[in-house]
Amino acid sequence: MISVQNVYKRFGSQVVLDGVSIEIEPGKTTTVVGPSGVGKSVLLKLIMGIMSPDAGEIYIGGDNITKAKSEASKNEIRKQLGVLFQSAALFDSLTIYDNIAFPLLERSGLSASKAHQKVLAIAESLSLGPYLSNYPEQVSIGIRKRVGMARALITEPKILLVDEPNTGLDPLDGQEVYDLINACKNQWGFTGLVISHELPEVFQVSERVAMILGGKIIAEGTPAEMIASTDPAVQQFLNGRTDGPIKIQ
Amino acid sequence: MNLVATTERFGNFIIFTTEQWGRSWIFLYRTLVALIKPPYRPFLYLQQLLMIGVNSTLVIALIGLFTGAVLAVQGEYTLAKFGATAYTGPAVALSLIRELGPVLTALMLIGRAGSAVTAELGIMRITEQVDALRSMAVDPIKYLMAPRLAAGLIAMPLLCAIFNVVGIFGGYCVAVGLLGLSSGTFMSEMTSAVGLVDVKSGFIKSAVFGLIFGWVSCYKGYTCGFGAQGVNKATTQSVVTASVAVLIVDYFLTSVLTRVFMD
Repeated sequence: MISVQNVYKRFGSQVVLDGVSIEIEPGKTTTVVGPSGVGKSVLLKLIMGIMSPDAGEIYIGGDNITKAKSEASKNEIRKQLGVLFQSAALFDSLTIYDNIAFPLLERSGLSASKAHQKVLAIAESLSLGPYLSNYPEQVSIGIRKRVGMARALITEPKILLVDEPNTGLDPLDGQEVYDLINACKNQWGFTGLVISHELPEVFQVSERVAMILGGKIIAEGTPAEMIASTDPAVQQFLNGRTDGPIKIQ
Repeated sequence: MNLVATTERFGNFIIFTTEQWGRSWIFLYRTLVALIKPPYRPFLYLQQLLMIGVNSTLVIALIGLFTGAVLAVQGEYTLAKFGATAYTGPAVALSLIRELGPVLTALMLIGRAGSAVTAELGIMRITEQVDALRSMAVDPIKYLMAPRLAAGLIAMPLLCAIFNVVGIFGGYCVAVGLLGLSSGTFMSEMTSAVGLVDVKSGFIKSAVFGLIFGWVSCYKGYTCGFGAQGVNKATTQSVVTASVAVLIVDYFLTSVLTRVFMD
């Protein structure tokens, strides 16, 4: 569904991605884990086509987004994507209702009445009914994440990208977001790519896990395989130890 | 070694500046193209006209009123030395319409609305709202920048007209009400001295300043750096760059327009 092939990205003299290749299988949720600053979010932005790689190719559902020349052709590929951003990235000037309706009205061409029905239906599914007339700053971060999820899923994308799902959340809100991802996956059946450094909590939404370090994918497998991995870097990261091959910067 | 390092730093500075200059022109081109291409979102344009134009009216009128009043006092004082106080009206009106109206309106709008535009766009950028737009296949240049640029282009000449009218009224009140100049002299000398070319010249200037306002404030917000410091820096740069650009462009425009309209 998503194929990242030998992707390189550097900022000045700093090499962020050094030949990353990863296959995201259809219908499954893959999580890319790794310490802060190793290029996980850069990988996500490359997949969204917001950044361009220095070398390598990225296919989204068979379409090569790295070869798309214009913003319009990238937009066509992006229509397959829904994105839940780290801070939800809701539009401050719009109500929660308008935030959810936004992608529907902007890119689906639905009539206002049909869009209204869809917004109410997804708000009902995600228990957002009481908050629809509020502005994002008037609700908690947990609810903002739910709104972000509703906005990402309302166009029924084939692929959901999730950036650091529970950053800044307390354990209860964090768990709620994981439950939300699983519930939405059961209901809408998307292919998922999650970026996270929350281990082992993120394993509950993952069918595959890849660990990125030093600009490369150093380990890949199911959550159980990762836990059983003998790679010292994987073990150090999983167990949150400061001693080991991963140097704290 | 020192010479090599200095040359390298100078070279890097030139490359960086050229890159920034090129990027800003591409940004302007893309925004102007986005203005023309459908889909059009009239509500967004009206919203920005309200924020940038209508909400600035009161402060612009207030500044205009006192600028006109000061011009009348200064004009009368200077002209009295030559026994020419009858020309206070033309002095006030020509100064406002040809020069002070467009320039002061631009500087006020840059300070009041330009900084707000840059800060708003900068915050949208660092909170990933701009990325969210792109991920939803919505072009941020078209959705965010084009309405702000258009609002600047439309609002600036209109605000300048308000500034001029209120400024002349302020000058009239002071000259006639306080300094004892005859109302008839003030008005008749002013109407015979001010021509359509003066109004045209002021209008062209304020339209160009409107473009500079929208271009600089949007570009600085769109290319804002990370964190609160990034927004702070972008906002300061936006106000300083746009204000300096207005004053520099004003000199060249004045030179060209004076020559064109004199011919």
